[in-house]
Amino acid sequence: MRYIGKEEIENIAIGAALLGTGGGGDPYIGKLMALQAIEEYGPIKLLSIDEVPDDALVVPTAMMGAPTVMIEKVPSGEEAIESFQTLQNYLGKEIFATMPIEAGGVNSLLPLALAARLGLPVIDADGMGRAFPELQMVTFHLDGVKATPMVLSDEKGNNLLFNTIDSVWAERIARGATIEMGGSVMLSIYPMTGKNIKQSAIHHSLTFEEQIGKAIREAKKNNKNPIDEVIALTNGYSLFKGKVTDINRKTQQGFSKGTATIEGLEENKGEECYLHFQNEHLLAETKDNVLCVTPDLITVLDKETGMPITTEGLKYGARCVVIGIPADKKWRTQKGIEVAGPRYFGYDLDFSPVEQLLRKENN
Amino acid sequence: MPNYRIGIDVGGTHTDAVVIDENYNVVAEVKASTTEDVSSGIYDALSKVVASANVPVNEIKHAMLGTTHCTNAIVERKRLNNIAIVRIGAPATLAIKPLVGVPDDLREMLGKHVYLVRGGHEFDGRTIAELDEEHLYKIAHEVKGKVDSVAITSVFAPVSADHEQRAAAIFQEVLGDEVALSLSHEIGSVGLLERENATILNAAIVKVARTTASGFINALQQEGIHAQVFFGQNDGTLMSVEYTVKYPILTIACGPTNSLRGASYLSDRADALVIDVGGTTTDVGVLVDSFPRQSFLAVELGGVRTNFRMPDITAIGLGGGTIVRIAEDESFQIGPDSVGHKLPQKSLIFGGDTLTTTDVAVALGIVELGDPSKVAHLNKELLQKIYDRMIEMVEETIDKMKTSQEPIPVILVGGGSVLFPGELQGASEVIKPTNAGVANAIGSAISQVSGQIEKIFSVDELGREKTMELAKDMARQEAIKAGADPEQIYIVDFEDVPLAYLPGNATKIRAKAAGPLFLN
Repeated sequence: MRYIGKEEIENIAIGAALLGTGGGGDPYIGKLMALQAIEEYGPIKLLSIDEVPDDALVVPTAMMGAPTVMIEKVPSGEEAIESFQTLQNYLGKEIFATMPIEAGGVNSLLPLALAARLGLPVIDADGMGRAFPELQMVTFHLDGVKATPMVLSDEKGNNLLFNTIDSVWAERIARGATIEMGGSVMLSIYPMTGKNIKQSAIHHSLTFEEQIGKAIREAKKNNKNPIDEVIALTNGYSLFKGKVTDINRKTQQGFSKGTATIEGLEENKGEECYLHFQNEHLLAETKDNVLCVTPDLITVLDKETGMPITTEGLKYGARCVVIGIPADKKWRTQKGIEVAGPRYFGYDLDFSPVEQLLRKENN
Repeated sequence: MPNYRIGIDVGGTHTDAVVIDENYNVVAEVKASTTEDVSSGIYDALSKVVASANVPVNEIKHAMLGTTHCTNAIVERKRLNNIAIVRIGAPATLAIKPLVGVPDDLREMLGKHVYLVRGGHEFDGRTIAELDEEHLYKIAHEVKGKVDSVAITSVFAPVSADHEQRAAAIFQEVLGDEVALSLSHEIGSVGLLERENATILNAAIVKVARTTASGFINALQQEGIHAQVFFGQNDGTLMSVEYTVKYPILTIACGPTNSLRGASYLSDRADALVIDVGGTTTDVGVLVDSFPRQSFLAVELGGVRTNFRMPDITAIGLGGGTIVRIAEDESFQIGPDSVGHKLPQKSLIFGGDTLTTTDVAVALGIVELGDPSKVAHLNKELLQKIYDRMIEMVEETIDKMKTSQEPIPVILVGGGSVLFPGELQGASEVIKPTNAGVANAIGSAISQVSGQIEKIFSVDELGREKTMELAKDMARQEAIKAGADPEQIYIVDFEDVPLAYLPGNATKIRAKAAGPLFLN
């Protein structure tokens, strides 16, 4: 057990942007919410998974909807509390702790803001180890844990309790309700026991994000290359160095889909890399080779500062390094690839781990 | 008939002026001291440049003024208005109160009257809650006589400005015309906190802008010049006086923008890093194809995160007049405040009582100026440390602004540029062009006029093509309002970013149009 204060929040926000793989929403808003909550209610208790009793009730919290809406219609802070308490009342059992559903973007920080307000602990784990766009794309789902009963809440005081036949239906219905409720809502979802999360969650996520953020922030101070530091810390790979020369974006079914073209610099001079994204970066390839593909993580870092660049922030002329990070082994299973592999997102190729793709390319 | 233009750039320390002809040839150039009241400094520069140009005053058809006064007011936390901050959006938005994340000193100065009111809109234009007009009346009566200006921000104002406009009507009804109202939808884009911050800063500098504008107009009239007056804005284009007084924040960084364009012109370089050292601040920007690189992310201004469109410029509180304070234990503090135009009275080398960065450079023999014996008693070792820190501040900024590890050419301009050496870390070469001092005034005089919009559109309603045309038209209208020739307007920038994770094809579009001045 340890306490999370303002300094830790700053670091987690950077790590969250990196694991957000270009999507997941700007963590800035979550950071400010967490900072204000800590200012008002004090530091947050962070528990490692093994400190959670097997029979404890754990409920992850998150926002759903468009991050662009959230940065405009900032939450009231009450939505998450109401959503949490509505679910607690329904389940008839006191909730022991909350936790993030994903380890990327704004959702890494929102459970921290809620925990500060309620004086509840946060568990150092999550259900993705990265950011994905849909509710069923969590490791809990891979193990058969259901998203529902879940509660959606808006700032106006509307609370919707769902029981769906499966998590894909939960995604579908909740997405529709979210639009009616104003495009951005808070939810309490995947109620689980301590035993469930020990088995199904990805461990040490918040600590990992904090370490990444700290490494990037301190690299410059210590005259180290932040990108090397990130690669070492994440067991990642440098995939491509270059300059963004084109971004082709369109909206389909509510997702920002597109391709960014990166013209190679330095050792990649003369080559081009194509980054395909659907909010998150999902496929990085050159003309002849696949470099990395979902569920492995593809993240774009500013070449100078090592700071992550979001898909919305990709602009012509941006100098960047594309890195690939192996996904948690839970995602590399058959079921994991079915749920969040390349074919689910409409790419006509099979998943291969980033380390194998690179070996192939180098031969 | 010949057609002359006057270009003036007011800096914290100097006011520079040029007269150019219709072919952009410089007919005359002068440098005068910036004065406390602004207008007398402008008058001085103006009368000098007019006398030296020796052209008939009735042939001077346009006068352009670029000023850094608004930037200085924010960076130095001086001459700011008393303001009220009204955010319309409750019950949403309470999780992050206004001014969270803003530096404490500014939060204290500007955060005396902060209100959260029920209302605001959803992304698709529905209301979140009915506007609480009763609350607005109560606030208006409460702040009456206490504030000069009100910053009004409502949730999703870029989609629907109704609640901001209704609130403005209520404040005007109670407070009258004297109290300026800044509405967020006219200033920033989507992103409540950053837009609110920009609106707050805009509200805080309304008086500064009014003083500057009236000073300029009076000065012209005294010279018998009846020219059309424009202000430089921060994209290197111009806007009318009326527009300026309403949106003073858009003048922020116009000085460095003009310097960038001037530096490019004088050094004949299209791609370089430009360091503009004034008396109060040093501004660092990047030239891409002779124009300032625009910032596409939130921009920090005096430590405040904002989202109005800005050139990508970093301002540090370091110039020739920056005050250096040394504590008893030999620790020191450089700025951020400055003696500004009072350098000739206040700095030690001129017999004053304030240690400035210029004194430090003179004492170390880097600059020859004033009376070096007045600084001979100072501890050289400590001064060297201070000077090293000054260089470090600039080099850190160069490093932040670069886009690659490759060293790039650096152009040094501005009156304070003598403080800095001919070699800097990160620079492939350091260029100090001749006439660098008036580069900004030239930049100001040759500018075009532009207009920009940024809004969320629902593409489903009109279809993609028509929506884009609509956005471009709105930008053209803005440019015409700002004084551009309707016949010669063209779209210079267009960008659309769909709203992620949400069906319905809502798209954020930014469009910018520009054109030459409408000559009548």
